[in-house]
Amino acid sequence: MDLNYTEAEIAFRDEVRAFIKAKLPDHLVDQSKLGTSLTKADYEEWHAILNAQGWLAPNWPKEFGGAAWNAVERHIFEDEMTKANAPRVVPFGLSMLGPVLQAFGSKEQQDYYLPRILNGDDWWCQGYSEPGAGSDLASVRTSAVRDGDHYIVNGQKTWTTLGQYANKIFCLVRTSKEGKPQQGISFLLIDMDTPGIEVRPIVLIDGTPEVNEVFFDNVKVPVENLVGEENKGWTYAKYLLTHERTNIAGVGFANAGLQNLKRIARLEQSGGRPLIENPHFAARIARVEMDLMAMSTTNLRVVSQAAAGQAPGAESSMLKIKGTIIRQEINALTRNAVGPYAMPFASEALDEGSNEEPVGPDYAAPATAQYLNNRKLSIFGGSNEIQRGIITKAILEL
Amino acid sequence: MNFDLTDERQMLQDGLRRYLADAYTAEARKKIEDDEAAFSPDIWTGLAEMGVIGALFREEDGGFAGEGFDIALVFEELGRIGAVDPLIDTAVLGGGLIAVLGTDAQKDVIETVIAGGAHLAVAHGEPSSRFDMPRVETTATKGADGYTLNGRKAIVVNAPSAENLIVSARTSGDIADTDGISLFIIPADTDGMTLRSYPIVGGGHAAEVTLSDVSVPNEAMLGAEGAAYDAISAMNARATLAICAEALGLMESIKTLTNDYLKTRKQFGVPIGKFQALQHRLADVLIEIEQARSAVINLAGHVDAEPSVRDVHVSATKNLIGLAARLVVEEGIQMHGGIGMTNEYELGHLAKRLTMIDHRFGDTDYHMEQFIKLAVA
Repeated sequence: MDLNYTEAEIAFRDEVRAFIKAKLPDHLVDQSKLGTSLTKADYEEWHAILNAQGWLAPNWPKEFGGAAWNAVERHIFEDEMTKANAPRVVPFGLSMLGPVLQAFGSKEQQDYYLPRILNGDDWWCQGYSEPGAGSDLASVRTSAVRDGDHYIVNGQKTWTTLGQYANKIFCLVRTSKEGKPQQGISFLLIDMDTPGIEVRPIVLIDGTPEVNEVFFDNVKVPVENLVGEENKGWTYAKYLLTHERTNIAGVGFANAGLQNLKRIARLEQSGGRPLIENPHFAARIARVEMDLMAMSTTNLRVVSQAAAGQAPGAESSMLKIKGTIIRQEINALTRNAVGPYAMPFASEALDEGSNEEPVGPDYAAPATAQYLNNRKLSIFGGSNEIQRGIITKAILEL
Repeated sequence: MNFDLTDERQMLQDGLRRYLADAYTAEARKKIEDDEAAFSPDIWTGLAEMGVIGALFREEDGGFAGEGFDIALVFEELGRIGAVDPLIDTAVLGGGLIAVLGTDAQKDVIETVIAGGAHLAVAHGEPSSRFDMPRVETTATKGADGYTLNGRKAIVVNAPSAENLIVSARTSGDIADTDGISLFIIPADTDGMTLRSYPIVGGGHAAEVTLSDVSVPNEAMLGAEGAAYDAISAMNARATLAICAEALGLMESIKTLTNDYLKTRKQFGVPIGKFQALQHRLADVLIEIEQARSAVINLAGHVDAEPSVRDVHVSATKNLIGLAARLVVEEGIQMHGGIGMTNEYELGHLAKRLTMIDHRFGDTDYHMEQFIKLAVA
């Protein structure tokens, strides 16, 4: 048992730190710290910087232009990035579709789409959820009916994150109603510019249009946009979900959130003293910090197993549950920390480039919005109830 | 022992519930939220005509009720419907302070408040006071024919709509002394007083108020010089009761929405309410709401008791309500899934309003500490 990184891992971490120091633009760090929303251009700027370094796709094999890092290296990279308040890498093309195309796509699909993802030519979004389907993905109803060289797609997807920026969507569609619901699903790549597609924003409780509904009305999709075999989409979808679940614990986000919380608690006054000296509030911060310290190690245990070649199974469900509980508690404490200044509704002050001065201290403005927005953490990507179901079945065999 | 409402209160509750169900539709509320006034003149007048505002005042002040149970009843109903109208600020806080401290001339405004024709806001909290009631930095300096005020007031709810602000300022004493705090009634358009208005989460508007050499005559003072603290804490207790009752109504509505959703929403071929994991959690929500109801009853019964007794109940109730509210909000959203995250669905508004209740009149942590000081230590 050795809890320390090896010399090679430390050298790698230092290389990552040096890169961040040299290349991470200040304005992106400031936006991240102040909780202002990032624009498409911000994400693209950061993607291009990472791509120039060859680090945009840590999990892709070298032959496709990835960094081919092992699980420990990826963990170190993500940890350093979140600590430095770097913008997150938008996962849809890089962590979700990329691995699916690499494993199941045709040579033509790999040659065409993978470089476009790295170069930022395409912005992908995910067409999985549907009204009424939610965590029960097997019940998707959006249909794709073969008509000569095309599929005709009809139906509706929802919770399409950042779909307003996307020019491509990968979708689960129903190509057959025979057999079990998991059968008869296909994995289809669709150009968002195709006639018959309409994107409508859904405003969330924090006031942001982060997700969308996407409507398909007789949308013609060339058959060469089918990934793998018809009616085998469920296998690919499950493969994609295991990739989505890397870094599921969000240790880096939790650490960054905790540091921000402590900074606020040092600045806020309660009864004429810094809030952080208030024993009751300090105890609540301490409790979540202790939990986070243990979860970081649980996360490393899973990472280390994965680096040794064992695929993470239900352990990722544990990390999702514990990770979201910890991050949501940090959000709640941050909202409490700003006291009455959690009340102003500051949506405009949080828009990028806004000249609107926040009401109260600048760190107070995003606290309520982030608390509300991060209620989603325990809902999306397979709700925590679904994750508990996976644990009871896979580990406890109940 | 009798936990039934009196006939008069039962009639008020029935009437108010019927009125709000008709008048206060989600559409009407959205319109109110978009308006800086944060209330609909029609509904406000309707509430006044029903006697709802009068029910918050004692008979000697021109009302007809004004006990803790009356306040609790009215605000639970307003909470149920997710009403955003600033009745706490105009009637319970502003009207309450004038009723307790005002001269006969000053009290004239109460009649107008009860009739629905006046709006008030109480500017007491400051940027660095958090929830500490005695912490007042704003100063009022006595001159030849009045006072000059300087300072800043934070999150003054309803200030954008109020014709008059009741402003606290220190006429003597140190920054956190209870002695030396005075109150002034100041018309909103007085020179030197500037408002920066903004919407607040969950509906309503507030303002940051800056006082820069604001001159007011002696008659603007409400109560005796330097002796306002007891009245401020007494009205804070009644406002805390009101907001806790409002929270209770909001919790009831979130529970009902969630219960209905569990019965109708299907996943994996069955209504999700068939899953025991969700059933037990909604059962816990129900238990905590019953605890919250009892806590509100406790506070309603003691809100006008002597301060040491009153304040134990204020803190016990506000702390419990804060914890229950967070549970109900978070479980309500979680059990709804994605739909619970959307702004358009009713739950979002109720959840935001309920969440913000922890940020007024002392939060869960603050009242935990107060309770320890008053009852445990």
